[in-house]
Amino acid sequence: MTHKILIVDDEPNIVMSIEFLLKKEGFSTETAGDGEAALEKVRSFAPDLMLLDVMMPKKSGFEVCEIIRADPSQHQPRIIMLTAKGRETEQAKGLALGADAYMLKPFSTKELVVKIKEILAAG
Amino acid sequence: MFLRDLTAKWRFVLAVAILGLLMTGPFLLTSVLIWLGASVGMREVLVQHLLPQIPLGGILTALGFFLGLILIRRLFNRYVTGMAAMVEELRLMLGSNRSFRITEEGPPELRELVRAINDLATQRDAYIDDVESQVAKAKANVEEEKNRLAALMSELAQAVVVCNLDGRILLYNNRARYMFESLAKGPTSVSSGALIGLGRSISSILETSQVDYARETIRIQLERGNRHPVANFVTTTDNGQLIRVQIAPVLRQTVGASDAPAASGYILLIENITRVLEQESRRDTALGELTEGSRSSLGTLRAAVEMLADNPDMETEDRERFVRVLASEVTRMSQRLDNTLTSLADTLRQHWPLDDMMAADVIDAAGRRIQDRLKLPVDVNTATGEPLWIRADSFSLVSALSFLATKIEEAGEVRSFVLKLGSDEKFVHIDLMWTGLSMSTETVLSWEIEPMRHDHGVNPPTLREVLDRHAGEIWYQRQRTTSQASIRLLLPKATPDQEAFSAQVRDASNDRPEYYDFDLFDRPMGQVDLDRPLSELVYTVFDTETTGLEPSNGDEIIQIGALRILNGRLLHQEHFDQLVDPRCHLKAASIAIHGITDSMLLGQPTIDLVLPAFHEFCADTVLVGHNVAFDMRFLELKEASLGIRFDQPVLDTLLLSAVAHPNQQSHSLEAIMQRLGLNMEQRHNALADATATAQVFTRLLPALAEQGIVTLGQALAASQKTYFAQVKY
Repeated sequence: MTHKILIVDDEPNIVMSIEFLLKKEGFSTETAGDGEAALEKVRSFAPDLMLLDVMMPKKSGFEVCEIIRADPSQHQPRIIMLTAKGRETEQAKGLALGADAYMLKPFSTKELVVKIKEILAAG
Repeated sequence: MFLRDLTAKWRFVLAVAILGLLMTGPFLLTSVLIWLGASVGMREVLVQHLLPQIPLGGILTALGFFLGLILIRRLFNRYVTGMAAMVEELRLMLGSNRSFRITEEGPPELRELVRAINDLATQRDAYIDDVESQVAKAKANVEEEKNRLAALMSELAQAVVVCNLDGRILLYNNRARYMFESLAKGPTSVSSGALIGLGRSISSILETSQVDYARETIRIQLERGNRHPVANFVTTTDNGQLIRVQIAPVLRQTVGASDAPAASGYILLIENITRVLEQESRRDTALGELTEGSRSSLGTLRAAVEMLADNPDMETEDRERFVRVLASEVTRMSQRLDNTLTSLADTLRQHWPLDDMMAADVIDAAGRRIQDRLKLPVDVNTATGEPLWIRADSFSLVSALSFLATKIEEAGEVRSFVLKLGSDEKFVHIDLMWTGLSMSTETVLSWEIEPMRHDHGVNPPTLREVLDRHAGEIWYQRQRTTSQASIRLLLPKATPDQEAFSAQVRDASNDRPEYYDFDLFDRPMGQVDLDRPLSELVYTVFDTETTGLEPSNGDEIIQIGALRILNGRLLHQEHFDQLVDPRCHLKAASIAIHGITDSMLLGQPTIDLVLPAFHEFCADTVLVGHNVAFDMRFLELKEASLGIRFDQPVLDTLLLSAVAHPNQQSHSLEAIMQRLGLNMEQRHNALADATATAQVFTRLLPALAEQGIVTLGQALAASQKTYFAQVKY
């Protein structure tokens, strides 16, 4: 069974690379450019895992994460947060809000793939 | 006992009576005894022989008596009456005129006594003089130390305020004054100070709750045995400025070493950190943009690069897409870096302390330095349209310029220099110019990295370092046609903050400031109390100019001038001086009196803004004015509509003058001033009149004290009693 992955980032340039990468790895992917679109896609696409950028227009990654985790009756994807902010307090916040992992930009695509597989295998 | 109480006159009468008795008594007694002892025949013989002799005896006796009388009178005059006069003179010497000496006259014993008394007085005077001169010396020392302290404080670039335990201000420096003036809001900020003032509460300039909290913190620290407690807080002013305050206690000398020291007052160091914070937050934002932006761009780049690297067999179309991503991301990153560095430019250099200063001052100093060192004429040309400000460490800039001049002079024959100031839109130019000698750009470049040994100690900075500190640049330029060579020093223009600007502009006109009064340290202040001595109260002496004499007929205030008196001192700097737009045209007759014209009142605040400000200015003080009932009627008519009340006691110098000198014809301000030997420069300007009134008031206080009028209550009662109080205006 192919795992479904939702890529959420307002930077189309990085979305492009990640999408290319994950498709090549055999995942089924969808993308969203802001927080609200992301919530929409979580319902319609029901991804197994989402890559969630923190700094986004409309709703931040933190908010999206919080909304998803607040309602257990909803579909609950695994969440890896991606961020350009280096502060450790923010990482702690992301994890506290229910993210499964936290990756700091710039990250290695190889590590990203390893992390995705690791999390999907654990679930 | 009885004799001692008799006056001199009665004693004289008694002495004369006794003399009469002594002269006639023995003779009469003898006659009576002879008469009684004699027989009848003998008595006849006696009558026959002695009776005709009686007139002779009587005349001789009377003569004797008369001589005796003269003698007694003389003795009496010389000793008793002379002594009485001497006693009066002695009293004079003891009291009002201590240099008076008793004249030596009268009999020798008396003269001897007078001499001894005079010697004693001379000795006494010497002692008194000695004590007085020592007291004066000690006083002068204390005064000098106080002045030195105040002068020192006023030079500090940091705002300093000292207050006593009640939070009353005892001292503030220039910087504090300028700071609070520029922080003041409302109409008075234009014309008078903010409410920083001696004897005023610190809460008129800072948030009370925060000051109280800080004082409490210090008290607790002191109790815990901390000998150097300090408290800090940051507060926001009404117009959004951020103020950082550091409070330290002024400790009372304690006798026992075991006693915990107690505060007798507080020193507040006050700093406006709005600009600093703005800069810091700008720097933070810029740094954040730089790091986070770079991270996210790098993330994109890395992902794209890795895709390209890991997939050499990628379709051409995909490959092109990734290359486009790389190109656009690299461009964005470069742009971001440029933007951030531009906005950070002035904040990144903040670690070196630079001050806002006028470029002309720096050039003047550099000109003098070069002239002194090289003994060459330097023509300094600082004529520019507007004052040019730079942020600079003046010492190192002056050193740099004189270093350059020295280098040029060492390189060859130069007879004179010109230092010229100029500017363009963004930069200030300082040109060091000379004629003749030309040099290579390389030489000038080599100077940049050479340590400037002339002025600096062990570790001299290079010219380049100084330039970097100031974000400046230099280059060498030469005009071939005129053989005029120059080195241009380019510095970014600065906009001075208002405080530094007003401090520099206004210091020039400063006479001795009245920014401190240490006598307030232990004096309870605040409430105006009728039983308080007049000398201890705080007064606001004021005067108004008006459109006419009838407030009830629509006449309005057009100017209010006021100043404060504290501890008998006129606080000239803490004045209130405000023109008021009366919202009606002035009458020609009134213009002739006060010289204020319609055009002067254009754009001035109206009374509903000015009066509340004045009300705040004179809070907790006694109001004083000349013929003040007139001014009070103007104020009182506005009270209801503005919701304020001038309910403090009011004293009138016209009435007080009438109390002090009841026999004088005129109590006009001019007449009183003439009487008291005071000069007035300008009349019918509210502040000038208020100042004159204040001078009169302080001179009247001792005269009132002589009449036993010492407290405020007594002064008010005496005013009411005078005839003038009956006059209705």
